[in-house]
This record gives sequence, C-alpha cells and structure tokens, in this order.
Amino acid sequence: MPESQDQERPAVAVAGLRRDYGDRAALDGVGFELAAGATLVVLGPNGAGKTTLLRILATLLRPSGGEVLVLGCALPKEAWKLRGKIGYLGHEPLLYRDLSGRENLRFHARLHGIAGAAAEARIEELLAAAGMDRRGDDRVADLSAGMRQRLAICRCVLHRPELLLLDEPDSNLDAEGREAARELIGPGSGHTRVVVTHDPERFLPEADAVLRLGIGEAAAVT
Amino acid sequence: MTPSRVAFAAILGKDLRSELRTLQSLPAMALFAVTAFIIFRFGLDRTSLSGSLASGVLWATLLFAAVLGINRLFVAEREEGGFDAIRLAPIDRSVLFAAKAAALIVYLVALELIAVPIFAVFFLDSAAALGPLVLVLVLTDLGLAAVGTLISSMAVNSRARDLLVPLVLLPLVVPLMIAATGATEPLMIVGGPGYHRFGTWLMVLGLYDLIFALIGWAVFDFLLED
Repeated sequence: MPESQDQERPAVAVAGLRRDYGDRAALDGVGFELAAGATLVVLGPNGAGKTTLLRILATLLRPSGGEVLVLGCALPKEAWKLRGKIGYLGHEPLLYRDLSGRENLRFHARLHGIAGAAAEARIEELLAAAGMDRRGDDRVADLSAGMRQRLAICRCVLHRPELLLLDEPDSNLDAEGREAARELIGPGSGHTRVVVTHDPERFLPEADAVLRLGIGEAAAVT
Repeated sequence: MTPSRVAFAAILGKDLRSELRTLQSLPAMALFAVTAFIIFRFGLDRTSLSGSLASGVLWATLLFAAVLGINRLFVAEREEGGFDAIRLAPIDRSVLFAAKAAALIVYLVALELIAVPIFAVFFLDSAAALGPLVLVLVLTDLGLAAVGTLISSMAVNSRARDLLVPLVLLPLVVPLMIAATGATEPLMIVGGPGYHRFGTWLMVLGLYDLIFALIGWAVFDFLLED
C-alpha cells in the first residue's frame, strides 16, 4: 500500500459490530473509526460491553457480526497477523503469581521473539520507568495490587506494540504509579490507544474521540 | 511470528520453574503412588507379584497418579491469564499443546523414577524386567501426555474440572492401558522377562501415541478460541 494511503487508513475501523452471549447482545451496532496515533475513550455503565469491545479488538473474542479492521487486519480472519502489534491491559495482569516480575517479563519477551541482551535491556528500562526495578525479583503473589498493575503495564508495552487496548489502566495505582503509567502508556507515548474507563474526568482531556456505550442503546461517537 | 522452538522453550521452562518453586503436582503424584503400593502390598497380602497382577498394580497406580498432574496442567493458564497472554503473542497456538505435553512427560518421568523402583522393591523378585520396561513406560507416557493435555485443556474451564478429567480421560486411555499392561505382563512373569507379543503391544502403543498427538496438534487451536 502506498505510504500516503497507509497514513490515511484508520488504525481501527469498526462498523455494525455485534457480539452475543447466548440470547443476550453485549454489543449491537457499534461503529467508529480511530486514526493512527489518536486516543479513543470508551465510556458506559457496567454491562454496556466495554470490556467485550476491547477483547474483540485484541483478538481474544470473536465478533458475532459486523466488520472490524484493526491495523489493516480484518478480524477474526486475519487475527494471526495482528498478534504482537497489540498491547492489551485487561482486568487481569496476565502475570504468573509464582514467578517474579522479571521472570514474567522474560517469559513474555520470549513469546514475542525478544531474546538475550535486547530483552534484558528492555525489561530493565521498563521496570525502572514503572518504579519497579527494586521489586522486580519479588514473586508476583507477594506484590500489592498496584505493583502488579505497574508490572502489567510493563508487560503491555514490552514488545513495542502499535495499538494499546487499555481497560481501566489506572486501577489500583497511586499517584506515582499513575505518573509512570502516563509516561509508558499515556498520550505522549506515541501509541494509538483505546481506553476503557469509569473515570471520564481523568481521561476525557486525552481523548481525540469518545465512544459512549449504553445498555440497550445505540453506541454514540463524539 | 516467533519461532515455535523459542515459544516451546519459553512455555516449558515457565511450567517447570513454577513446579519446582511450588511443588503443586509432583509430590502429590509421588505420594499417591507410594501410598497405593503400600495399600496393594498389605491389601493383597503378597510380598511378590508377577505377570498380569504385577502389571495391573503398576499401571493402575501410575495412571491414577498421572490424573493428579493432568488435573492441574492448565490451572495457572486459566487462573492467572496465561491463556490470554499466549493468545496475544505471535506464536502458533499448537506450541502450547506441545509444551504442556512435554511438561506432563517430565512429570510422568519424575513420578516413574520414584514409583517404579519402589514397586520393584515391594513386589518384584528380580530387577530384570526394569530394562525393557523403560520402553513401555516411554511409549505409554507419550500417549498419556497427548490425551491428558487435550482433556485437561478442555476441562480446565469447567468448575467440575476435578471430576471431568477422570470421567473423560479414563475411557479414552483404556486402549492405552490394555496395551501397556499387555506389554508389561510378559516382562514380569516368573523366571522372566519374557517377550510374548511384546513387539505387537509396543506397536499398538506407538499407534495410539501417533493418533492422539496428531488429534491434539490439529484441534488445539480451536480449543483456545472463545
């Protein structure tokens, strides 16, 4: 694809997205476009389908209907092309409790094809940025929820993804942790971002677009 | 795409490191086997076993001990988000099947290194059967690992996991156990080891291993879908 055409293409384009759980539609008719480098903030009450939307974009759930194009890959058919380009921060930190933070990050680095000195340098850089360098050898089970969230943020950006899918990224973080998070996954980090939040005051100033999901209502983009 | 050998080594290394640190599976498997041998020894009131009885005692014990490890094979992936992490990585998902099966083989070999010598001390008059028995153990372990990994990955999402694994696994391994006991029986006859139909049973074991390894490799990707 020519460079100019590539730049014009939205990083994420969703049209008529539907996801059913049995007889219940968690998402119905959701559509939006997100330009590369921009931030979409997703708002809505509990049960509106915010996490479901994020998991579909992360290739972790299959849509029941509609069209989803992420970084030029049509989901779910081309999901395999997309993996490795996404940084996903969900409700769970995706860290093994019996391994240390460093061991977890080494494991994820290897899964993403980062090995040796490059992996070690990247891990130390992220641990220092997250303020976790001194606790990196502690077992995850022994860390507080906030420290696990900091490690999860390190895991999320470890492989330098193009698109960040963030579900309540500030949860459990103290002021210092929020500052570290802003540096690693904030608007200045250079990523295209989809942020699910219940804290519009915190995230709306960073938003280029806002998607409001309602229960039994059509999604609204502003 | 991350090379499969790199992803395989990463997942296997992670599993073995976790097990060494927590000892959640192996001690339980070994303790079960030793306890079962003690019960057999006093229940049967025999200081020596041979032939089909020896073979049956050995394989019944190893099978039920293996179920304990199979039950826990995917628990960390389920409870700590490992499934999601692996699904987000640019790897062939069937690598997870291969790495988990390899981890289970390591557990089974470790179990047998403890249980088989104890079995020999408790029940065998001679250690001559142990050499050729290694071949039967290896082939049976491969089959148990293939089918066990498959069943464990399906059952882990169920709240009745501990019930589901034996209910589904045990009928599926009946052919494997028939072949394993059939191959082991002549090795443990009085004055043995004998080799009556030994080669045939080994071929049955090999065929079973191949079939379930191919089924596991082929369907595992679909099992990881939501």
